[in-house]
Amino acid sequence: MSIARIKIVVFLLAFAPAAWLTYAVLTDQLGANPIEEVTRDSGTWALRFLLITLTMTPLRWLTDWPGWIQFRRMMGLYCFFYACLHMLLYLWLDKFFDWPEILADIIERPFITIGFISFTLLVPLAATSTKAMIKRLGRRWKKLHKLTYVIACLACLHFLMLVKADIREPLLYIFILATLLFMRFYRATIKPIILARQ
Amino acid sequence: QAFDNTTESRFSTDEKLTTYQDITTYNNFYEFGTDKSDPATYATDFPDPNKPWQVTIDGECDKPGVYDVDDLIGKQDLEERIYRLRCVEGWSMVIPWTGFPLAAVLKAAQPNTNAKFVEFTTLFDPEQMPGQRREVLQWPYIEALRMDEAMHPLTLLAIGLYGHEMPGQNGAPIRLVVPWKYGFKSIKSIVRIRFVERMPTTTWMLAGPNEYGFYSNVNPDVDHPRWSQKRERRIGEFLKRETLMFNGYGEEVADLYDGMDLRKYF
Repeated sequence: MSIARIKIVVFLLAFAPAAWLTYAVLTDQLGANPIEEVTRDSGTWALRFLLITLTMTPLRWLTDWPGWIQFRRMMGLYCFFYACLHMLLYLWLDKFFDWPEILADIIERPFITIGFISFTLLVPLAATSTKAMIKRLGRRWKKLHKLTYVIACLACLHFLMLVKADIREPLLYIFILATLLFMRFYRATIKPIILARQ
Repeated sequence: QAFDNTTESRFSTDEKLTTYQDITTYNNFYEFGTDKSDPATYATDFPDPNKPWQVTIDGECDKPGVYDVDDLIGKQDLEERIYRLRCVEGWSMVIPWTGFPLAAVLKAAQPNTNAKFVEFTTLFDPEQMPGQRREVLQWPYIEALRMDEAMHPLTLLAIGLYGHEMPGQNGAPIRLVVPWKYGFKSIKSIVRIRFVERMPTTTWMLAGPNEYGFYSNVNPDVDHPRWSQKRERRIGEFLKRETLMFNGYGEEVADLYDGMDLRKYF
């Protein structure tokens, strides 16, 4: 299969959670509180796609197949897509666009503050994801997109702070993120030291 | 088993009932798992009919005792009470409970002058309650009320809903219902009721001291540190509604808290 074809398949697969959520809402399959369920799920999918985005580079190292990088932007944009959905559901169905209340939420509640910052930081990354922007920004583009690491940490924290008592799921994502970050740290810092000693 | 000899209560609301389906599939009962759907999945055969259910009533009282739950219920006149239930998470339901005032049971035990609080304990049995195999909360679950709250005519021991025996996921065979407090105060599947002199530390107070206070009265003006309590989503409705002080039971219970700073005693 050509990479263009694989891309189409991956594109459709990444859209599947959104399609399923829509279908499940319309057919009343999300239990007694569907709005909360969709709000939570869209947030979880945003985090998952962010982690998938961060997995592309380590996969290239591990498999020696440079093709992984070709999926990185799509995964990143899907993260943004689910994050937008998550944000919209919060603003609309949780707060019904009550702006003073939303502002108070953002200022007073650390977990909302952190979620809001994560989303805000995603916006410039999505806006600079086109080929033209990559060219225009040059080396600064790479620097800017290092924000992804910050966003991933904040998003994990956002999830952890939201949970009432059972922290297993956020801990799983924190563990995955820590592994992905450690692989980068190892390659950039520890490996050169080991090689230099030999 | 259906209850057909129940009397209507003057405390009942005439609001639209939440469906039986929603009441029995959307539950916070961490003893069976932390997902809202876990209790309905894992509590279908709860409690095990081969394990007799006993309720111990003891502590600061003159007539302590250990009762078979059926004996305890048998002495009571059953009522149907339609109450609003407001969860601390920001959703609410309207539930037709079957039960009797807690005060009836408490008075029979003849509490002495040292009895200032009433402490309740849920069953601890990881074999029947798979959620207890992990320390999500400190088991067994403990809840408590001040004596006057426990004796209040609104405070109910419920043994059924929608006129039928209590489903496992809703706290069979016997549970507390305190309609002006957040739902977690209404402890499920009770095995012990104890009169004590000092304010007990409840399970949720232990889990999050700055988030869950002893009183936990429904109060739109005192937010949970992580979310606003101004509004709530009534299960089955699209728009949110304003949360009412004491969950709308202020007329009956507000005087219990006269002169208390409800921000401090949240």
